[in-house]
Amino acid sequence: MKNKPFHFYTQYYLVELLGIKARNPEELLKGIKKVPEPSIYYHTHKFLQQHLYLSPEPPNDFGYWTSSIINLKELGEAFTSIDTISFKNLEDLREEFIRILEEYIENKGYSVNCQCGQEFHFMSCKTFVFPTRFVAHDLKEFTKIIKKISINSLYLHIFEARLRKGIDGNDFSKWFKGLGKDKLADEIAKLDPYTITLEGLREKILRLVKKYA
Amino acid sequence: MPDIKDYVSIIGKEKIDDLCFLAEKLTDMSILNINSTAVGGGVAEILSRMVPLLRQLGVNAKWDVIKGDEKFFNITKKLHNALHGVDITITKDDFEYFIEVNRTNAEEMDLSSDIFFVHDPQPIALIDKKKKVKGKWAWRCHIDFTNPRREVIEFLKSYIRKYDSTIFSAPAFARKDIKVPQVLISPSIDPLSDKNKELPEETIDKVLEKFKIDRDRPIVTQISRFDYLKDPLGVIKVYKKVKKYIDCQLVLAGGGATDDPEGMQVLNEVRDAASNDKDIHIIFLPPGSDIEINAIQRASTVILQKSLKEGFGLTVAEALWKSKPVIASAVGGIPLQITHKYSGILTYSIDGTFHFLKELLNEPEYAKKLAKNGHEHAKNNFLITRHLREYLLLFLSLSHKEDIVYL
Repeated sequence: MKNKPFHFYTQYYLVELLGIKARNPEELLKGIKKVPEPSIYYHTHKFLQQHLYLSPEPPNDFGYWTSSIINLKELGEAFTSIDTISFKNLEDLREEFIRILEEYIENKGYSVNCQCGQEFHFMSCKTFVFPTRFVAHDLKEFTKIIKKISINSLYLHIFEARLRKGIDGNDFSKWFKGLGKDKLADEIAKLDPYTITLEGLREKILRLVKKYA
Repeated sequence: MPDIKDYVSIIGKEKIDDLCFLAEKLTDMSILNINSTAVGGGVAEILSRMVPLLRQLGVNAKWDVIKGDEKFFNITKKLHNALHGVDITITKDDFEYFIEVNRTNAEEMDLSSDIFFVHDPQPIALIDKKKKVKGKWAWRCHIDFTNPRREVIEFLKSYIRKYDSTIFSAPAFARKDIKVPQVLISPSIDPLSDKNKELPEETIDKVLEKFKIDRDRPIVTQISRFDYLKDPLGVIKVYKKVKKYIDCQLVLAGGGATDDPEGMQVLNEVRDAASNDKDIHIIFLPPGSDIEINAIQRASTVILQKSLKEGFGLTVAEALWKSKPVIASAVGGIPLQITHKYSGILTYSIDGTFHFLKELLNEPEYAKKLAKNGHEHAKNNFLITRHLREYLLLFLSLSHKEDIVYL
């Protein structure tokens, strides 16, 4: 079947500092409400790329800060348990953090500031996307390439596709569908990349592609 | 000086290809770095490695330094201290002289470039030339900016606001009252430098033999200059508590200027605190002892960085790069380098450091896991190649305002 080839792209961040910090859940809530959308994206996805070798946790900066730095385990767990993959856009994801925080603050009624130097610093990012030299014309080529591409490229096609481009599934599943490999596309689209390391994800994709090739 | 291709074996061909792609987007641009010294100090060290690598990638990167007399550099030293929060008087005349020297330099320098990359406060006022020479201007602040004296920050802000972008090394240095974009670019280590390159076992053995350190027993090390802020006396207390349970050795190694009276005082106090314990090795290293530091780090079982204050604390990245478990204080840029219990241990006290040191010495498998994660973290985030890429992205960002840039 004739299908468009898959061009692999890659991406990098330039991290921007917003000069906004939080010392307690109230200030965190205030910050989450006002920061720009790319900041929500950065704080919910940075860990995945920077700590790609780790076990799946912790999936977001808010969860890590509240549980490991200001020691609010319950709140931290609520943040960590957010099912990021179920959100189709960043505003909905932001709303979920706000909902959890508001509920927590209302129930607790008090809060203590963190130690000086342990504040949560809100950041944002500018994302640069550009082509790599890899192009796959069929599944055989795809299998070879997926082993070689950088983790940034894998990240782009899996994560950016969903939350920032609004694609149902990811770039790979969309292409597989075009190849007529619907079962493979469905399985790839169903992967929850938030609960697996990127290297683990690469292996899983490879296994699935080999199974359906 | 390493060739850019030498890094392929470390970060892979794909990442080097990415650098080449980004550099290609800048080939018709010239980038002029400006600082205040060609040799000595961290900024000159970074530029001396960074500029040749940028040029190898095909970027027209240049480097120039401003000239100043003793009076000027005394004033900039005062500015530097005031940025660190030291209560110091900077007179109106000082500020005027600072501006005058910048103005003279602006007249004498060849300011023909597309991008001006100005490092630290000394040449900051060159921005006044922007209207005439045009181009994009970025100001790179390499120093701690958390607790500056008000009159100094106000003075600097009057220049910062004219730049197109500012760059800081740690999130805590960002300011709400700076309205131009603030970018985070952390410093880096060079994996091919003498301090960080792989060493043959014989070299490590020789260095350890020279300092009479026993490789058969656990070695706990802190590399830092002899300075109260690095808390070497606290480290000795930690060691003495651990020593009751585990037969280990402590190495406190580092340099420091012999004409620095405080440094010598700290060194003497450390020697007193070590008293007659033959398992405490206090090693005062002369400048250029990079191979010795590298060998000691590589031979260590656990590395500590129990600083009370820290700028960025690149010794942590050096240790992580060498796949060593690290216990460090949660100060300065250290929390960027260590995620507690994932890529190392962050502590706040002597007791906490004692607890985790005992744990890591008793649980080598856990220590190994932290070290492995730490190495990957350093590899992904603190090598010169990442630094190089972020500089390229920064230069590109000056002409792209959108959140997602498709190149």
